[in-house]
Amino acid sequence: MILGLSFVLIGLAVLFSTLRLLKGPSTFDRLLAADTLAIITTALLVLMASYFSRIIYMDVALVYSVLGFAGVVVVARYLEGGL
Amino acid sequence: MVVVGKILVLIGSIFLFLGSLGIFRMPDVYNRLQAGTKATTLGALSLILGVGFMNGSFLVKSIVLIIFIVLTNPISSSTIARASHKAGIPLVKESVVDVCKDNVRKEEA
Repeated sequence: MILGLSFVLIGLAVLFSTLRLLKGPSTFDRLLAADTLAIITTALLVLMASYFSRIIYMDVALVYSVLGFAGVVVVARYLEGGL
Repeated sequence: MVVVGKILVLIGSIFLFLGSLGIFRMPDVYNRLQAGTKATTLGALSLILGVGFMNGSFLVKSIVLIIFIVLTNPISSSTIARASHKAGIPLVKESVVDVCKDNVRKEEA
């Protein structure tokens, strides 16, 4: 029951972030929405690891978090002009 | 312990939803950073800790993931804020003070 409500709330969060990602006026809005989507996806992977009781999904979440962080920092530094 | 974990998971998902709603509703890229990054960090942290409480074999990897998120998430948000200020994204009309305005002018001159 509570886990189902959590899944619904995280799905709405993904929906709003994707709307900002599609709509955002500047590139930095899209970058911020992509960063938020990476964090939300990490949390969703952890919740799915608890739901299906597969501990391997935690490793997937950790690797996804590392790659999302590296991608966001690299794109931000590139847009700043000093990579 | 399971009940505490479920309550933490619910609180974390509520914070994730509110942070994402703030990203959708706020008028400015800096306001969106303020709303999106902090609330999302707290939400992910609470949700992962709740999952670690719900089944004990997940607890060690949950703590590793929490430490990683706490270390890296402020770095990425601060990098985005600095890049957008250097690229000249204007502040919203109602904002009162811009502390870093002189730095940009000094670097351009």
